[in-house]
Amino acid sequence: MSKLSDLTIAEMRDGLAAKSFSASELATDSISAVEAARDLNAFVTETPEKALEMAKASDARLAKGDAGSLEGIPLGIKDLFCTEGVLTTASSHILDGYIPPYESTVTANLWRDGAVMLGKLNCDEFAMGSSNETSYYGNVINPWRRDGSNTPLVPGGSSGGSSAAVAARLCPGATATDTGGSIRQPAAFTGTVGIKPTYGRCSRWGIAAFASSLDQAGPITRTVRDAAIMLGSMSGHDEKDSTSVDIAVPNFEAALTGDIRGMKIGIPKEYRIDGMSSEIEALWQQGIDWMKAAGAEIVDISLPHTKYALPAYYIVAPAEASSNLARYDGVKYGLREQGKDITDLYEKTRSAGFGAEVKRRVLIGTYVLSAGYYDAYYLKAQKVRTLIKRDFERAFETVDTILTPATPTAAFGIAEKSDDPLAMYLNDIFTVTVNMAGLPAITIPAGLSGEGTPLGLQLIGKAFDEVTLFRVGGVVEDAAGFEAKPDNWWA
Amino acid sequence: MSFDSATVQKTARLARIAVTDDEASRLEGELSKIFDWAEMLNEVDVEGVEPMTSVMPMDLKKRQDEVTDGGYAEKVTANAPESEDHFFVVPKVVE
Repeated sequence: MSKLSDLTIAEMRDGLAAKSFSASELATDSISAVEAARDLNAFVTETPEKALEMAKASDARLAKGDAGSLEGIPLGIKDLFCTEGVLTTASSHILDGYIPPYESTVTANLWRDGAVMLGKLNCDEFAMGSSNETSYYGNVINPWRRDGSNTPLVPGGSSGGSSAAVAARLCPGATATDTGGSIRQPAAFTGTVGIKPTYGRCSRWGIAAFASSLDQAGPITRTVRDAAIMLGSMSGHDEKDSTSVDIAVPNFEAALTGDIRGMKIGIPKEYRIDGMSSEIEALWQQGIDWMKAAGAEIVDISLPHTKYALPAYYIVAPAEASSNLARYDGVKYGLREQGKDITDLYEKTRSAGFGAEVKRRVLIGTYVLSAGYYDAYYLKAQKVRTLIKRDFERAFETVDTILTPATPTAAFGIAEKSDDPLAMYLNDIFTVTVNMAGLPAITIPAGLSGEGTPLGLQLIGKAFDEVTLFRVGGVVEDAAGFEAKPDNWWA
Repeated sequence: MSFDSATVQKTARLARIAVTDDEASRLEGELSKIFDWAEMLNEVDVEGVEPMTSVMPMDLKKRQDEVTDGGYAEKVTANAPESEDHFFVVPKVVE
C-alpha cells in the first residue's frame, strides 16, 4: 500500500495547496493502488489515461491558483452514473457496450470542481441488491476479513464497489446511490462513512434510474469531513431533474464544530428489533453514551410504522423499477437478441440481459401495477408511506436527529444469503425507512464486531438538515476513534 | 397469496421478459414468499390516509414550452444495436 493513496480528501487538498505533491503524483499513486487491488473486483472499468489527463489539467489550475473544491482529488464513480465517452453498464449485461454521449449532473459537478476520475465502480445490477452479488461483472470482495479467517465477505450493496474501493484506500472517496440503504449499508460493512442526502439535494439526471421517488446520490468516504466536502460538490439544483430542489447548498464542512451541547437525540424504540444481536445493542448504547458525554440530551421516541417500511418498500421500489427498466428493449442501446418479431426481440433481449434479481423485481412491480391489483398493493403501500413520513415529522417536533444502528449485522460471507431473497431484503431494515420519508441519513463507523469486522451507527435528520448530521456525525466519529484498517491482503 | 405458474407467465409476458419453465417454477415459490410477507401491510389502518405522491412537498417547476436541446441524431442513435440513416432498425412490425 502506497502512502499518498492513504490520505483523506482533506489531507490531499492541504498537501496539494502546500505543494507537497502534485495532482499527477496523486493520480499515479492511486492508479497503482487500483491495479494492485484487482482481486477485490471493485472496478468494472479503470480509466488511468483519463485520470492522468485530468490530473495534469488540475496541476495547471493549481499552478494558476485556480483550484476547485476537489482539485486533483482522485475519485471512483459508481457505474450507475453516465460518464461521457466512458463505458457505463449499471453492472448489467443489458447495457453491454453502452458509451453515454453525455455526463450525469453529479459527475459533471465533481469535474467542474477539479476531481479526477479513476474509473467506474462495480455495483449490484441496476443497484438492486445488498451484497454486490447481483452484478453481471461478478462479486466485489470486502477488503475486511473476519479475524483469523480467509472467508470472502460481501462489501454490502448496492454500492459495493464504492465501499470496497474507499475502504481499501484505492481512492479517498467514491460516488454512490441509495434507494433503500445502498450507500449506508455498504459503508457500515466496510468501516467507511456514507451519507444519503435529502431527496432532491442531488440531481438524478444521468443516473440509471431504479426507483425514481427513492433514488438519491451521495458520497462514500473515510471521514465525515470528506463526506461533507464531497457532498457539497455533488449537490445543487439542476433544471434537468424536476425533483431537484432549488435551495442553497450550505457549507457542510463548516458544520463540523464538534459542539452538540443541548441537542436532542431521539432513540426510536421500534428499532430495537426482535432477535437483535447483543453486539448491535451494545454498539447502539455506546453511541447513546457518547451523545450524553458530549452534552446532548437523549429523548426516547416512537416511530410506530417502522416495521411496515420494508414491505411497503418492496411494493413501491419494484413498481417504479418495472416502469423505469421498460426502456431496456434491445432497440436504442445495449444488448440485442434477435427475435422473429419485435415482441420476441424484446422478450429475448430482456431475458438474456437482466439477471435473476432484476427479473424478480420487475415481475413484482409489473404485478402490483397490473389491472385489478394496483389499489391492493401500490396504492396501499403509498398510503403506508405517508404514515411513515408522518411518524418522522412528529418525532422531529421534539428531537434534532435520530440515532440508530446502521445494519442488523456485520458483513456476511459471499453466498451466505444469496439463495434467499427475503433474508437479503432484511438487511435494509434500519435504512429503508429514511428513503420512504425522503430524509437524509449518515452512517459512521463506530466499532468492530466480535469477529473483527466494522459496525456502523446511523443518524437520521430532518429534511434538508444535513448540516446537523455532519455536526453530530463528527462527534460520533471523534468519540469512536475508529482507527482500524483492513489488512492489505490483496496487494 | 400464492403465485401459480400461469400468473408468473402472464406477468412475465406483461413485462416482456421471456421466462423458461424452470425459471417460472422457481419464481412461483420466491414471489409467493415475498407477497406473503408483504401481507403484513394489511395490519395497517389506512382509512382516510392520502397516498404519497411527492416525498418532498414542492411545486413542480415549469418552463416555457420551447426547444432547448437536440439536433444531434448521430449521438442519439450512436449506441443502437442497429441503426440506419439516424433511424433505429427493428424487425418488421406491420405486415
